[in-house]
Amino acid sequence: MTDVRLNMAKVEAEAAAPPRRRPGTALSRERAAWGFVAPALIAIGVFFAIPVFAALLLSLTDFDIYALADLHNVRFVGLQNYERLFANPLFWGAMKNTGLFAVLGVPLSIAASLAAAVILNARVVKWRPLWRVMFFAPYVTTLVATAVLWNYLLHTRYGVINWAIASVGLPPVDWLGQPENSIPAILMFVVWKIFGYNMLIFLAVLQTVPDDLYEAARIDGAGAWKRFTNVTLPAIAPTLLLVSIISVAGFFQLFAEPYVMTQGGPAQSTVTVLYFMYEEGFKWWNLGSASAVAFVLFICILAVTLVQLAVAKRMGAYE
Amino acid sequence: MGNEATNVPQILPEFERLNPGIKVDVQALPWTAAHQKLLTAYAGDSLPDLSQVGNTWVSEMAAIGAISPLPSVAGDLLTDQFPAVLETNRIDGRPVATPWYVDTRLLFYRSDLLEQAGHGAVPQTWVGWKEAMHAVKRRAGADKFAVLLPLNEFEQLLTFGLQGEEPLLKDEDTRGNFSSASFVAALAFYKSLFDEGLAPVASAAQISNVWTEFERGWFSFYFSGPWTIGEFKNRLKPETRWMTSGVPGPTGPGASAPGGSSLVVYRSSPRQEAAWKLVRFLSDPAVQARFNVITGDLPARESAWATPSVADDPYIAAFKGQLSRAKAVPKVPEWERIVTEMQIVAERMVRGEYTPEAAGAEIDRRADRLLEKRRWMMERGRA
Amino acid sequence: MSGRRIRSLLLNAGVAFIALLVLFPLAWMVSVSFMSTGEAATFPPPLLPRTWTLEHYRDLFVTQGMGRYLWNSFALATLATGLALLFTVPAGYAFAKLRFKGRERVFQLLVGALVVPAQIGTLPLFLMLKGMGLVNTYAGALVPWLASIFGLFLVRQYSLSIPDEMLEAARIDGASEGQIFRRVVLPTLQPIIVTLALFVFLGSWNDFLWPLIILTDQSNYTLPVALAALSREHVQDVEMMMAGAVITVAPVLILFLALQRYYIRGMLAGSVKG
Repeated sequence: MTDVRLNMAKVEAEAAAPPRRRPGTALSRERAAWGFVAPALIAIGVFFAIPVFAALLLSLTDFDIYALADLHNVRFVGLQNYERLFANPLFWGAMKNTGLFAVLGVPLSIAASLAAAVILNARVVKWRPLWRVMFFAPYVTTLVATAVLWNYLLHTRYGVINWAIASVGLPPVDWLGQPENSIPAILMFVVWKIFGYNMLIFLAVLQTVPDDLYEAARIDGAGAWKRFTNVTLPAIAPTLLLVSIISVAGFFQLFAEPYVMTQGGPAQSTVTVLYFMYEEGFKWWNLGSASAVAFVLFICILAVTLVQLAVAKRMGAYE
Repeated sequence: MGNEATNVPQILPEFERLNPGIKVDVQALPWTAAHQKLLTAYAGDSLPDLSQVGNTWVSEMAAIGAISPLPSVAGDLLTDQFPAVLETNRIDGRPVATPWYVDTRLLFYRSDLLEQAGHGAVPQTWVGWKEAMHAVKRRAGADKFAVLLPLNEFEQLLTFGLQGEEPLLKDEDTRGNFSSASFVAALAFYKSLFDEGLAPVASAAQISNVWTEFERGWFSFYFSGPWTIGEFKNRLKPETRWMTSGVPGPTGPGASAPGGSSLVVYRSSPRQEAAWKLVRFLSDPAVQARFNVITGDLPARESAWATPSVADDPYIAAFKGQLSRAKAVPKVPEWERIVTEMQIVAERMVRGEYTPEAAGAEIDRRADRLLEKRRWMMERGRA
Repeated sequence: MSGRRIRSLLLNAGVAFIALLVLFPLAWMVSVSFMSTGEAATFPPPLLPRTWTLEHYRDLFVTQGMGRYLWNSFALATLATGLALLFTVPAGYAFAKLRFKGRERVFQLLVGALVVPAQIGTLPLFLMLKGMGLVNTYAGALVPWLASIFGLFLVRQYSLSIPDEMLEAARIDGASEGQIFRRVVLPTLQPIIVTLALFVFLGSWNDFLWPLIILTDQSNYTLPVALAALSREHVQDVEMMMAGAVITVAPVLILFLALQRYYIRGMLAGSVKG
């Protein structure tokens, strides 16, 4: 998901460029080209474009379990699903939780990625390729499996994390049982899992920063922190901004973590928008209102993406 | 599902021996996902031949036409059953499912603490019960409580609500009837338990461990079902004395909602005959008594209760009486959502946002909205 | 000089510390999966099994049907990979190198479509597949992988670097477009094909929401779906759940480690430099 977004700015720029025309395009070549693209386009049309438009229509109906049994039981209800959604405290709870995940999770995960990248980028660090792969490994692991694993790491009585906490003399924390702890607990897991991704991106950018700049700063007497703020930060600022916005979109789509670890609890404190949509749709079978949730989510992600594009354009990040 | 799925394979070999040619393949579903998995399976035309369903889901599965009604030859399976449980399985007068095991919620209480407070048994009226709770609390101390009513669980309030004369839904189950005098009385009673400091304002998530807290006397009364018997037997120290009791009502022993699971055969199954054979086998009183020993589930057939293993358990005795007083909840597919909303309003009432009257009106408003589709369907003669 | 030594020591220690944080959970998972039942649920949590046992792996395969789930995951991921390549590689190449009417417009449309998260279409897609009788089938589970706009872009971007002269030369030699694609283009695209295949395979293996919805029958579950269901039933069986997690994670982790160069290169091409 993330890669796609970063890519977009650049792709869009290319698409806007005028096509180079060449004389003598054979009809057969055109036909072959269509042969090449048709299967993909048809698949995208049938399995992506149609469902998305259908979702918009569906969100204007009261498609529910009765309608599943008999299509005559569907009614067009206009914007009623949206009205009810906006009057539903549980929906706002889901929005709030999702917002909290994003607001806490983005800075946390980016700080972790950046810290790891800066340390790895130091020339004195040995076996860099090895560490790079190692830190990235959690990102490719299966989300459900590692979520189950972290459930036990976070266990109140037998969990390794509480053991570590206890060994420095602090009282154990009921990570997944208390509403105020559940989001931080899940975030620990998420950061562990994804920080390697942005770390690789930062590392790639950091390697383009010439060593001379650091040398010069050092000669000027700048300490490690000074060098970081004066040399490193400006160099990665555009990437940093883009990566942050992209991460927001990622955090908007949390689903499996609460599904596996807390089932939305305790006290609905980990119900995210996507989880809410899943329950509305596939638990209560209110497909109409679930589609409305999907569209609200879409608008939120669209807004974030538009901000990203605007920022990217201003900074010329796709040059 | 859950415990049943783990244990049913133990009794199936006998069925397969009695019915050569039929092989039973058991699929386990976790309880928390079972309801939604069954509906997805229905939507995807991949329902099994038969399954266990929670009694409260029967109306939903019937409304979407997933269930095969009982054939006439299976009529005898419906004898020797608890009437209220049977009633939950009857849709529009037709039986569609066969009760398999039953449960209902009643009171688990600390008999030692109640005795110290001067009561031999749980008084069976609301007034008397409340007095007893005050007595228990006086002895236990101001930092303790008498009864646990988790604010995120609807079952307790629903039990109180069922004591009233008036039904919970009206107009052929198309409108809420929560502002009726009897339900408002139940709301007021529920609220008073919190207001008078008898119940902690807490949700289940905030109570780390029911057994330890029960043992410590943090509360002495606890609403739950038969599964708690086994848990308490295993987890409580032997010197902690406890017992089960029927639910008190406004003027005498009260009703409760019948729970448990029934067996349904799905319309989509090509092996109807074999499926009904299995239902018959699982409904056999002797098989049910054996299943009770394995799982602790209470048998649906009343004659199975006469088996010594069931009859001699002092904790089970109260369930028999409670089940005979059980009262079926409205059979509309929206019910699960309605009680969820009911509890959300009730929690706010306890926290002081509503009076019992206002809460009743608010629950009605929400129930009416959820039932809007049903009214429309009724007008068209489709429900 | 000694300041530099300390700095080096500190940094290397920092790296080692991060490595510990990152690897500990995975190592613990493997270790617990070999413990005997109930051993992990003690305090302080043991780090290594007292006696090593394979009972949980045996239990998973013999009584919990893990072999079936492993096969489903493997078959679905392989099929998804094959199909995604079949659909996206020729199209990606055509968008980069072949001229056809409406190419720019279609391409711009696809770019715009990237903003739309696929989850929106989930509900209607489910209904659609129900109509086609594809719910609870492999085909239903594979459908989203056919419509991968991302894969198409990845291939297109890489294809842009194929020199036009090479294609022209082949045309002058009288090769048809199909022959050119097979003989000239495919070999050049080999690195990006490996990358894309890796992305799709891992993506399909790790996917959760869609298989959860579309695969309703236990015998069709993939590993993540089965693991999520098992974990609700067997929360207290830490050791068995960890064995299940190991079975689920190990194949993708090994695959990634073997092909990590392709993965990381492709990922960076898709983001920073791209």
